[in-house]
Amino acid sequence: MCLAIPACIEQLISPDSAIVNLGGVRKEISLALVEEVTIGDYVIVHVGYALQKLDPIEAEQTLAMFNQMSKLSDDMGKVTEE
Amino acid sequence: MKYIDEFRDGDLARKIAANIRLEADHSRSYHLMEFCGGHTHAISRYGIVDLLPDNIHMIHGPGCPVCVLPIGRVENAIQLAQTPGVILCSYGDMLRIPTANGMSLLKTKAQGADIRMVYSSADTIKIAQNNPQHQVVFLAIGFETTTPPTAVVIKQAQALGLTNFSVFCNHVLTPSAISHILQSPEVRQLGVVPLDGFIGPAHVSTVIGSQPYEYFAEEFQKPVVIAGFEPLDVMQAILMLIRQLNEGRAEVENEFTRAVLPSGNRKAQMLVAEVFELRRSFEWRGLGLVPYSALKIKSNYAEFDAEQRFQIPSISIADNKACECGAILRGVKQPQDCKIFGTVCTPENPIGSCMVSSEGACAAHYSYGRWRETNADRMEN
Ligand code: SF4
Repeated sequence: MCLAIPACIEQLISPDSAIVNLGGVRKEISLALVEEVTIGDYVIVHVGYALQKLDPIEAEQTLAMFNQMSKLSDDMGKVTEE
Repeated sequence: MKYIDEFRDGDLARKIAANIRLEADHSRSYHLMEFCGGHTHAISRYGIVDLLPDNIHMIHGPGCPVCVLPIGRVENAIQLAQTPGVILCSYGDMLRIPTANGMSLLKTKAQGADIRMVYSSADTIKIAQNNPQHQVVFLAIGFETTTPPTAVVIKQAQALGLTNFSVFCNHVLTPSAISHILQSPEVRQLGVVPLDGFIGPAHVSTVIGSQPYEYFAEEFQKPVVIAGFEPLDVMQAILMLIRQLNEGRAEVENEFTRAVLPSGNRKAQMLVAEVFELRRSFEWRGLGLVPYSALKIKSNYAEFDAEQRFQIPSISIADNKACECGAILRGVKQPQDCKIFGTVCTPENPIGSCMVSSEGACAAHYSYGRWRETNADRMEN
């Protein structure tokens, strides 16, 4: 029940509610807990409420961080090269 | 789906796993607790343990809201549901929690009580509006993530002037539970669970932010890394914890920067502060009484407080003797240490609460981990 998912805002239906697309399923959610959400934003949805906006730049940076090789592996690379 | 699939990528997972193997110090072991049930679920479902070296031990914490609700409160909810004229609304996971005499909300419903499963707290307002002749009670449970939605409906009920709506509040707080685990006499005396660091909750932190963990990292000198719910998030958090431990640091770091700000969601926090206040103490299943670890409805909103509207006795009921949930929630034991795990106690017929929700340690282990270990045993033999 803690599980929550990122979903894209497709349509605003009132100041406090919106339709999101969850992998093809359209669902009405409440925006009562977030501010300045617009169409195209991704939000984290939990029990029918948007909890927080998702920051696309931070998401990119996190993915880039996953891709970084450990410093140790560089060092070991050097050792074997030498 | 965007922001999900790329955080489950197998190649990246192997890369992070390789980094973990390189950096983990073979001469020591690492005991890391994932506090949150969502992480427990991800670790079991994606077989993350298989990708970790043997000296990294993941310990499941008490962060499953269904698992920590004491049986006495479930019994209270059953009694409420049996009160003539009452409609009890609950999140689905709650319905199967067994009480001492083998009852559950599901069985109470089968016996004729009007119990409605809701997906969102917003549904409860509609039910109250559609049933003016009934008293509608919302059984509210959960950590800091589910509390703001409850605050929203209490305020809505007030704005709408509803006289047939109230909330049976069981909301609990994460940071106080983490501190409690570290101070717990079992953990201190037995010394069985040397906890080296914590994976901080994902969505709880979107609301409270990363700051509330600072005190705790400082006070107990344990590193905390807040992580998202996807498997790569969890693995990266493990790597970040290993780095901190190797360097002798105990800081709060945030892996889930795409959704967690240092100060969290202020709007949600203000709503919660307006509607709720701290309880002096609250019973947690498995942890016992934990001071200042839960919320109650403020007196300004007393008319929407089911504890004010109805006579709700405080009932304390011990767990089934065989059930090890208490020790498991503290990280002292593992699901397979329970004698009735997977035999008498299964997700279809749960005896303890850890087997009820898919985020519970026993249910997650039963669904995803059990066969893996049996196979590993076989291969070793
Ligand atoms: S297997 Fe069942 S009875 Fe045993 S600890 Fe887990 S929930 Fe409790």
